[in-house]
Amino acid sequence: MQEYMLSVHHRVEDTLPEGAGADEIIAAVDTFNGQLRSANAWVFAGGLHPVDVATVVDATGGDVITTDGPFAETKEYLGGFWVISAPDLDAALDWAARASRACRAPVEVRPFADEG
Amino acid sequence: MPSETPGGPPGDRFERIFRTEYARVVAALIRRFGDFDIAEDAVGEAIVTAIRRWPADGIPPNPGGWLTTTATRRAIDRIRRESTREQRQVQAMTMMDPEPAEPVGVVDDDRLRLIFTCCHPALAPEARVALTLRLLCGLTVAEVARAFLVPERTMAQRLTRAKRKIRTAGIPYRVPQSHDLRQRLAAVLAVVYLVFNEGYLASAGSAPTREDLSAEAIRLCRVLAGLLPGEPEVEGLLALMLLTEARRPARFEAGRLVTLDEQDRKRWDKDLIDEGLEIVRNCLRRGRPGRYQILAAINAVHADAPDAELTDWAQILTLYDQLMSIAPTPVVALNRAVALAEVDGPHVALAIVDRLDLSTYHPWHVARAALLERIGRTAEARDAYDAAIAVTDNVAERSFLVTRRDALPT
Repeated sequence: MQEYMLSVHHRVEDTLPEGAGADEIIAAVDTFNGQLRSANAWVFAGGLHPVDVATVVDATGGDVITTDGPFAETKEYLGGFWVISAPDLDAALDWAARASRACRAPVEVRPFADEG
Repeated sequence: MPSETPGGPPGDRFERIFRTEYARVVAALIRRFGDFDIAEDAVGEAIVTAIRRWPADGIPPNPGGWLTTTATRRAIDRIRRESTREQRQVQAMTMMDPEPAEPVGVVDDDRLRLIFTCCHPALAPEARVALTLRLLCGLTVAEVARAFLVPERTMAQRLTRAKRKIRTAGIPYRVPQSHDLRQRLAAVLAVVYLVFNEGYLASAGSAPTREDLSAEAIRLCRVLAGLLPGEPEVEGLLALMLLTEARRPARFEAGRLVTLDEQDRKRWDKDLIDEGLEIVRNCLRRGRPGRYQILAAINAVHADAPDAELTDWAQILTLYDQLMSIAPTPVVALNRAVALAEVDGPHVALAIVDRLDLSTYHPWHVARAALLERIGRTAEARDAYDAAIAVTDNVAERSFLVTRRDALPT
């Protein structure tokens, strides 16, 4: 078994669906989460607030520098993610397809580096 | 004078055996050891050993088995040598499938796993083609690099990166499950057809065609057809390539491309045509059409016409209509328009061609130029030929286009 991160990429210009649309997405993601748990593929998941509330902390120099806003101004930002456990990439891609349908956004699949 | 050995000089015979057996041997070792690099290195060493020993000992009765056994021993030796540092790998190896690395049955053939792994959609398309040429066709890294017109170092890096992704992303080494077999097979066939086309009309370079690449694509498709019997699209692609390949002897005249309508049809390879036509007939009987089968049927209509004048364009148009209904791409629309010109005339066809957004695709400029020429819009035809020449890197095709442009009335 290997762990994969499925990250949801939103584009800045995407507007969040209003009303029933948003409810449908929330329901679909809930259903998807349930499928992950019952297949023992669930490790962790979370949705993030938009990048305009992000703060960057940089302690690589001598001082700690705290700045408002995302790390880099990009057109895409991380909207949320799942960490799943899957036997191989095909299984992970299969989950990613369901995740993408549920949250209505493209999903990037990346394997975690082996620990140790 | 020594008598001529059937099958040519021994070096050539060895080469043929290595090419034929490479994929099977490397595929079996990948399954056994779970590592592409160990498998590739071990097979390489086994081939070196064969080149040293076979001239004196003779070719063994089962050369593939000999290569597999020799390569397996080399791989085990290497893993033992590295065992002090890589204890975990040794343990993994001893836990691996202990059964001999021989194909169990037709569908269990390791080559099939290898084909699907090399053509996995998670790999970049050019990496799929490179891996396929290297591991399934047994081309050396230098040969693959030459096929892509890139330096050997660049190709080595591309292959290394692809293999690293297979390993770290966990791309499985197995035939896909039936629910996505069809879709994954389409990716495999696309790679095979890409290899064929690069060999049929090289995109650049001094040689207009690379027969070796087309031959490899046909050989690989035959292997696939043997491994997946009854997959009509595999058969369709094989027929398409055979019927196309059959025209090769008539395609060039003094370094210049000769178009289908002007080819000397007596020079077409009759055996390839017969084989292709037979497959197309079987596909028609099966009645499960797909993209490659339809393209093969279109080429069968050309092959059936003893003379370009006698081509059944109405039939070809019907086939393109069918193709448009399952694969409505601009390129198919362009080819359909070319057939339409023969049925309904160049004006109707040009109206369609002008609406297609294909200005970076040189056949679009060629088709436009020919249609404009037929209508008598000479100045525009000249511009279209110029545009086609500007985006064509193939020497023989450039030469053809220059001749056509210069023959336009002034």
